[in-house]
Amino acid sequence: MNTTEFAVVTVTPAKHHATLTGNRTTESKETAVRARTWFTSISAVAAFAVVASGCGVSADDNASGGASTGPLKGLRVLVPNSPGSGYDTTARAAAKAMQDAKLTDTVEVFNTAGAGGTVGLQRLANEKGKEDILMQMGLGVVGAVFTNKSKATLQDTVPIAKLIEEAEAIVVPKDSPYTSLDQLVAAWKADPGKVPVGGASNKGGPDHLTPMLLAKAVGVQPKLVNYVPYDGGGELLTAILGKKISFAATGIAEVAEQAKSGDVKILAVTSANPVDGVDAPTLKSLNIDLVFTNWRGIVAPPGLPDEKKKQFVELLTKMHESEQWKTTLTKQGWTDAFQTGDEFKSFLTSENDRVAGVLRELGLVV
Amino acid sequence: MDALSELLNGFATAAHPTNLLYAFVGVLLGTAIGVLPGIGPAMTIALLLPLTYALEPTQAFIMFAGIYYGGMYGGSTTSILLNTPGESASVVTAIEGNKMARKGRAAAALATAAIGSFIAGTIGTLALALVAPGVVKLAIKMGAPDYFAVMVLAFIAVTTVLGSSKIRGLAALAIGLLVGTIGIDPTSGQQRLTLGLPELADGIDVVVVAVGLFAVGEALWIAAHLRRTPAEIISVGAARMTREDWRRSWKPWLRGTAIGFPFGAIPAGGAEIPTFLSYVTEKKLSKHPEEFGQGAIEGVAGPEATNNASAAGGLVPLLTLGIPTTATAAVMLGAFQGYGIQPGTRLLQTQPELVWGLVASLFIGNVILLALNLPLAPMWAKLLRIPRPYLYAGILFFASIGAYAANLSTFDLWLLLVLGALGFGMRRFGLPVVPAIIGIILGPTAEVQLRRALQISDGHISGLTDTWFAKIVYVVILLVLVVPPIVTRLRTREPVKVGD
Repeated sequence: MNTTEFAVVTVTPAKHHATLTGNRTTESKETAVRARTWFTSISAVAAFAVVASGCGVSADDNASGGASTGPLKGLRVLVPNSPGSGYDTTARAAAKAMQDAKLTDTVEVFNTAGAGGTVGLQRLANEKGKEDILMQMGLGVVGAVFTNKSKATLQDTVPIAKLIEEAEAIVVPKDSPYTSLDQLVAAWKADPGKVPVGGASNKGGPDHLTPMLLAKAVGVQPKLVNYVPYDGGGELLTAILGKKISFAATGIAEVAEQAKSGDVKILAVTSANPVDGVDAPTLKSLNIDLVFTNWRGIVAPPGLPDEKKKQFVELLTKMHESEQWKTTLTKQGWTDAFQTGDEFKSFLTSENDRVAGVLRELGLVV
Repeated sequence: MDALSELLNGFATAAHPTNLLYAFVGVLLGTAIGVLPGIGPAMTIALLLPLTYALEPTQAFIMFAGIYYGGMYGGSTTSILLNTPGESASVVTAIEGNKMARKGRAAAALATAAIGSFIAGTIGTLALALVAPGVVKLAIKMGAPDYFAVMVLAFIAVTTVLGSSKIRGLAALAIGLLVGTIGIDPTSGQQRLTLGLPELADGIDVVVVAVGLFAVGEALWIAAHLRRTPAEIISVGAARMTREDWRRSWKPWLRGTAIGFPFGAIPAGGAEIPTFLSYVTEKKLSKHPEEFGQGAIEGVAGPEATNNASAAGGLVPLLTLGIPTTATAAVMLGAFQGYGIQPGTRLLQTQPELVWGLVASLFIGNVILLALNLPLAPMWAKLLRIPRPYLYAGILFFASIGAYAANLSTFDLWLLLVLGALGFGMRRFGLPVVPAIIGIILGPTAEVQLRRALQISDGHISGLTDTWFAKIVYVVILLVLVVPPIVTRLRTREPVKVGD
C-alpha cells in the first residue's frame, strides 16, 4: 500500500502543487472560524462561571471539555498525496469513521500532493496555530523530508496519533534460486551488485529503507546495495514475476495475493510478529535483528495549544474504538498500530533518527 | 468457446437497466472530465470511491469502466477544437486534429476520433476477453532493455516530426528533453533543475506542458497579432466524414488498435508513447505525407484509436494479475480491495460475474460513447464560430481552470504562464512545438529504462541487448537506418567514389 502512494504520485506528477503563498482567502475564512470557536469558548466559560458561581480557576479546562462534547465542527484533513494513494485512502476512511460515529460533522479531506508529501507538510507548517486542521502522514514523509531537503520538518508538527502499520515483505519470484533468506543473504554478501533489489519507493521511501536496513543488519554495506526503484507496485510486481530483479522489498499487501497463488514467494516479513494469512517467518525468528514497518499517522500544525491537542487525541481515540474503524481495518487488511500523543512523538523521533542514519550513510543526507 | 458463453452471461449482467444507467453515467462523467485538462479519470474515480461503497461492486466497476473509456475519448474533443489536450493520451491528437479544425474540418476530426475510439475499444475489449491470459504472459517477460530498445526506435522516429528545418526541430526537441529532466531523479534521489522549489520536485506534468505550449502559447501569439491579421472565419464545414475520410481512416484505426492494445497491457507502457508511435507510423505509411502538419485525418484516426485500445489493454494485467499499469488502473485496484475483492490470477474463478459483467459493460459503454459523441460532433464544431478574442479568452479560461483545479494551487497558474511564454517565444523564433512535447514524453521514460537496464546488469552494456525482443528491435532499427539510403543509392546508380 505504501507503494500505491508512490504509484499514483509518480504517474500524475506535478499537477499537484501546494499553495505556499496564495492562502489569503482561506486564511480570512480561517480567522472567521477561529473567532467563532473563540466566541464559543468564551460563552462556555461564562456559562460555567455562572453555574459554578465564580470558581474561575478551572474555567479553561472546562471550556475545552465543553467543546469536546458533541460533534467537532469544521475539521479539515490535509492529504499530502494524490487521491487514491495510501494516505488518501487512510484519511478518507478515518474521516468517514469519525462522521459515522458522530464524533464530528462533515470532515473536509483535501489533497496537496507533491515531493513525497513535503509540499503538503510545508502547507501544514504555514497553517501554524490553526486549530481545525490535521495532516495524514506516514513513514514515507519522514524520508521525503530528507531527500527533498524540506524546510518544514515533522519535528515542527504536533504528533496526534499513529493509526496503522504494514509489514514489508522480502519477496522473490516463484522459481528463484533462493528458497530461504539465508541463501539470499549469502549471495547478496558475496556480490551485492549482482543481486539487484527492487522496490516501489523512491530513495528514502519504505521500500528503499527496508533493504538498506536489512543490508546493515546482515553485514552488507548499504552503499553497495543495487536498489532499482520502480514506478509503483504494478511495475515492481511485473519485474518480480518476470525475474528481472533478484528480490524485492515491498508492502505485504502488494504481494499477499500473488504469494497465495504461488506466483511469488515471501522469504520473510519485517514486522515483530508474523502476519496473519502470510506463510513467512519474521526477520527476528531468522536471527536478524531488524524490526521495521511502514506506518501511517496523523499530525497537527505547529503551535497547537495543549488542550486542543488533548481534544484531537481524544477524538482519534474515540474514532479508533468505533465499530466503523474496526470494520475498515478488516476490510482494508490494515494492522492496527494505535499510539497517541507523546508516545507517538517519541516513536516519530526514533524513526526520524533511524531514517536519517541510513540516508547519511548513503550520502543522500549531509 | 467457454469465454464466449461467459461473456454472454456478462451481457445479461450488464444489460440490467440499473447497470446500464451506471454505464451511461460513467461515460458521461468520463467524457466531461476528459474535456477538462488537469482532472483525469484516476482522480475522478478516487474522489467517487467513498460514494460508491453504497453500490454493488459490479455497478461501481461498470461505472468506473465508463469513466475510464469516456475520459480517454473526452480528452480528444478539446485537443481537436481548442488545441488544449485534456489528457496526456490525447496530446498527439492535437497536432493534426487542431489543424483539421482550423480548416473547417472539425466535425470530421471529431467523428474519426469517436468512431476510431469505438472500433479500437471494441476490438480491445474483445481481445481482453479472449486473449488476456496469453498477452499477460508475454507482457511480464518485457523488461527494461526491451522498453529502452522501443525508446531508441521512437527517438529515431522523432526525426519525422522535426519539421522543415532539422536544426530548429532538434532545438525544440532539446527544450522538451530539458524540461523532462526537471524533478527528483528517481535513480539517485537527487533534485535536478528544481530551483529549490518543492512544487517542481515531481517534475512538470506533460498535460501542463502541452496546454502551456499549445494553447496558452498560441493564445498569446494570436493576441499579439490580432490587430495585424484580419480575422479569418473558420467554416464549420461538412458535418460528417466524406467517403474519402472513411477510406483514409479505417486502416489507421486498425493499426492504432494493434499498437495501443499491447502497449496498454505491458507495465510502463501507458498511452502517450503508443499514440506517438501510431502518429509516426501513419505519417510514414500515408499516401499524403505532405498533409501531415496541415491536418491529415490519419494523424487523428490512428492516435485516437490507439489511446482507447491501450485503455482496454491496461485492464489485462489488472484483471489477470492484479497489476495496475496506469494511474486509473491503480485507483481501480484500490477500489477492488475496498470491496474486499483481490484481483489476481484467481479473480476469474472467484468473481466470474464481476469480471464478465465488467467486460460486457465495456462493450456497452463503447456503444454509449459513440451514440453520445457522434451526434454532438457538429455541435461542438460550431464552437469555433465564436469570434477569436472570445474563443481564445475561453481557451485561456479552460486551460487555467484545468491547471488550477488539479491541486488548487496558484503555483500551477504561474507555471502555465511561464510555459505559455515559452510557447510564444518558440513561435516567434520559428521553433516547432511538437518535438518539444515529444521530448517531454520520451525523455524521462527512456532515461529511467536505460538506467534501470544498466543497473540490473550491474553496469554491463550487454544488459541492453540480452533479450530476444531487444535484439529484434535493434535489428529493425538497423534496417530502418541502413536500407533506405542504400536503396536510394542503387536507384540513382551513383557509383561510390572515395575523394570525389
